Amino acid sequence: MIHAYQLNGYNIILDVFSGSVHVVDEVAYDLIRLCETQSAGEAVEALLEKHAGNPEITRQELLDCLDDIEALRRAGKLYTEDVYAGKAFDFKRRNPVIKALCLHVAHTCNLNCDYCFASQGKYHGERALMSFEVGCQALEFLIAHSGSRVNLEVDFFGGEPLMNWEVVKRLVAYARSRERECNKKFRFTLTTNGVLVDDEVIDFCNREMHNVVLSLDGRREVHDRLRRTVNGKGSYDLIVPKFQEFAARRGQKNYYVRGTFTRNNLDFTNDIFHMADLGFTELSMEPVVCAPSDPYALTEADLPVLFEQYEILAREMLRRKEEGRGFTFYHYMIDLKGGPCIYKRISGCGSGTEYLAVTPWGELFPCHQFVGDPAYSMGNVWDGVTNTMLRDEFQLCNAYARPGCRDCWAKLYCSGGCAANAYHATGSIRGVYEYGCELFRKRIECAIMIQVAEAQRKKAKKQEALV
Amino acid sequence: MKRIETLDTRDLAQSAKDGGCGECQTSCQSACKTSCGVANQQCEKCCSED
Repeated sequence: MIHAYQLNGYNIILDVFSGSVHVVDEVAYDLIRLCETQSAGEAVEALLEKHAGNPEITRQELLDCLDDIEALRRAGKLYTEDVYAGKAFDFKRRNPVIKALCLHVAHTCNLNCDYCFASQGKYHGERALMSFEVGCQALEFLIAHSGSRVNLEVDFFGGEPLMNWEVVKRLVAYARSRERECNKKFRFTLTTNGVLVDDEVIDFCNREMHNVVLSLDGRREVHDRLRRTVNGKGSYDLIVPKFQEFAARRGQKNYYVRGTFTRNNLDFTNDIFHMADLGFTELSMEPVVCAPSDPYALTEADLPVLFEQYEILAREMLRRKEEGRGFTFYHYMIDLKGGPCIYKRISGCGSGTEYLAVTPWGELFPCHQFVGDPAYSMGNVWDGVTNTMLRDEFQLCNAYARPGCRDCWAKLYCSGGCAANAYHATGSIRGVYEYGCELFRKRIECAIMIQVAEAQRKKAKKQEALV
Repeated sequence: MKRIETLDTRDLAQSAKDGGCGECQTSCQSACKTSCGVANQQCEKCCSED
């Protein structure tokens, strides 16, 4: 399968199952697309007819291009067959270990954001803080079920995790005390709204947290509209200086300033540029996930606007990079050489199998987005995963388990998508959240285009240097 | 090749032979929390080789 598209003046061919990316001229673009469904002879005749009167497009030119196409096919870089479908379920069965936990250390929050999927931190339940004892048991559960995996991830999440800060610090110390003995290496992440960030938090996090996620929606008026304190005041002025300090003292690395965009700010690129102008370099902006009836929900009619926004973002990122003031956008990060192997691409985020969420009471859920839904309770940190039927369902949920993904060129980039989004949109974790897919495909097209543009830029500079 | 330029990419078929160590990051632990993407994850082996 190939995916051919034109973006920002480039003709791009993605060979889906090898991962190869080709940037081609108009003639090769047509020929490669035609040769996928027609014989070489038919393709050549069709193009000769299209370019009749153009002396530069001769039969010999097309035959030479066909030779190149054939060479790429033989090298396994074009029209590669899908050899993974049959193996997909074996891949998932191979690694029945747990390597990541999302610790809900605080089911409470000091902000009252309208769109919060955690319903202001309570996850549709009672307010609660995780005790040190429950947290320790969760860490022991992770160590015990991680097999030979060395790198273990623990995310301090909420609600607002800084509302249980002493427990967070004690849990980090406890985990560190177990690393050598257990041959494990913990990588911690903290996600925060910033309200309680102070010097001590910054120092500790910059010493111990592999990653921090700082929630900011962009421009003051956009942020303050939905991210308000319990008294109804906007939180922008309170948190932005703290986040700037946080990121600067971290050396502008291993963090994300993460926002959510809604129907209120369809021009969300202006919020991303605002974040960049505030000095942040590691940025993420997610489409809101909410009920279609919510007033800020994104609609089908918004899609063309959002597609255009993603293109604007890609072009602006290229421009700023050239000017020496580039920034990273999470969804445009794509390492064509050092990216994930095929196992990762098929098995996905690992929710319900490699990755579990733990409530303040020690109950296990497939991921943070299922917390509070009794149908998705999987067990607890003392008894382990007891709902093995549910685990098996998640284990077999991969890029090849969803009929809706069968013909999608992007399935090895999303690995079948988010199980929680699929569940909330269709009632089944094997469903397809098509709206999210539309945005995802656009983002991957833009991400690959950026790689193409940068490769072309490097090549041009190299040629300039030779002249 | 006159009309086709191929970027340097990881061969996914080859990665079926040498991949699968499982040491890489779990997608949702990074920044999204509301979608799934693996494309932007790094291979732990490739990182440590760099």
